[in-house]
Amino acid sequence: MRFRKMESIVEAVGDTPLVRLRSLEKDAPGTKIYLKLEYANPGGSVKDRPALQMMLDAIEDGRLTSDKILIDATSGNTGVAYSLFGAALGYRIQLVMPSNVSQARKDITEAFGTEIIYSDPMEGSDGAIRKVRQLVVEEPDRYFYADQYSNPSNPRAHYLGTGGEILEQVGDEITHFVAGLGTSGTCMGTTRRLREHSREIECIAIEPAEALHGLEGLKHMASSLVPEIYDPKLPDEILPVGTDAGWDMSDRLAAHEGLHVGHSTGANVAGALEVAKRPEASCVVAIACDRGDRYFAPMKWEKHYEW
Amino acid sequence: MAVTVRIPTPLRSLTGGADEVSANGGTVAEVIESLETNHPGMKDRLCDDKGVRRFVNIYANDEDIRFLDNLETTLKEGDTLSIVPAIAGGASL
Repeated sequence: MRFRKMESIVEAVGDTPLVRLRSLEKDAPGTKIYLKLEYANPGGSVKDRPALQMMLDAIEDGRLTSDKILIDATSGNTGVAYSLFGAALGYRIQLVMPSNVSQARKDITEAFGTEIIYSDPMEGSDGAIRKVRQLVVEEPDRYFYADQYSNPSNPRAHYLGTGGEILEQVGDEITHFVAGLGTSGTCMGTTRRLREHSREIECIAIEPAEALHGLEGLKHMASSLVPEIYDPKLPDEILPVGTDAGWDMSDRLAAHEGLHVGHSTGANVAGALEVAKRPEASCVVAIACDRGDRYFAPMKWEKHYEW
Repeated sequence: MAVTVRIPTPLRSLTGGADEVSANGGTVAEVIESLETNHPGMKDRLCDDKGVRRFVNIYANDEDIRFLDNLETTLKEGDTLSIVPAIAGGASL
């Protein structure tokens, strides 16, 4: 495990554990199912990898300097990651998010000194993207627009980290890899690294089955602004998963595996289990994006949205 | 009773791109029926056999209908109903 001594919190990113889902495997006898616990990253999610990579790459080539503000559209985990690393590395962070994100979300990022700008809740994350673009066009010299949806450092983080780690952890056993599509960074980068392996590994992308869904962090591509880094031809297959299936699997992972994960992870694992039942599957690896406690609903008296 | 319904981006394919539509009904349930008549497919996106789907939030003016009378929440002329994706996740209990 992680008996590491480090000079800065940024060194704690990556090298996440891979855990076998023995209870779930009963539904797919003969196939091993593993979950890579990205919530073990210091910011609590898979987004630590791309956020840090985007910042380090931009610092190295001069796009991010100490007089600039890092800005991006994010309602969640990427914002927590920018905020954490911004505090640790000494950069100012501004985030644009829909105004109906939970108070807890706002509080986590603000604890690190991040400033929040709100966008229209009816337009979801796409509204936040449009708003940030407008701000950057108005004052281009003031900002470093990290742009997680278009920044090649996002998939690069997974090409350099996640993909290689999986191969190191399961070796040649892996037959299938499953990851959800949000910015698509995890799926794109990890798949590219796995494709370099000597034997073929099927890479499957999970997407919400419907446009209006409750799998936060995942994108229904047909009805969304499609991320520039997304290459629809890269995955071997795109597997739709319904919101209810994802939510139910999150509950099951908590109750039977001791893994309290968010809904996007539930969707990934629901997809992984489906894949694990196929005759050609013998070892399936899926990604756990974050923990479930990030999605605890506010109490009634805390729930007040402004339009 | 005419009310204004605010439509989120993922459902605008059903309203020909409109972000606001007019609908009729004295309760949220009646308004949803009215939406279904004019924009077929809407009801199925919003409700399952247990009521409003877990990941959909509907606001009567600025209050979540789960904290009012749910589908039986009454509306008056000129009220605004907003359909908001639960992007912040979590079932509201």
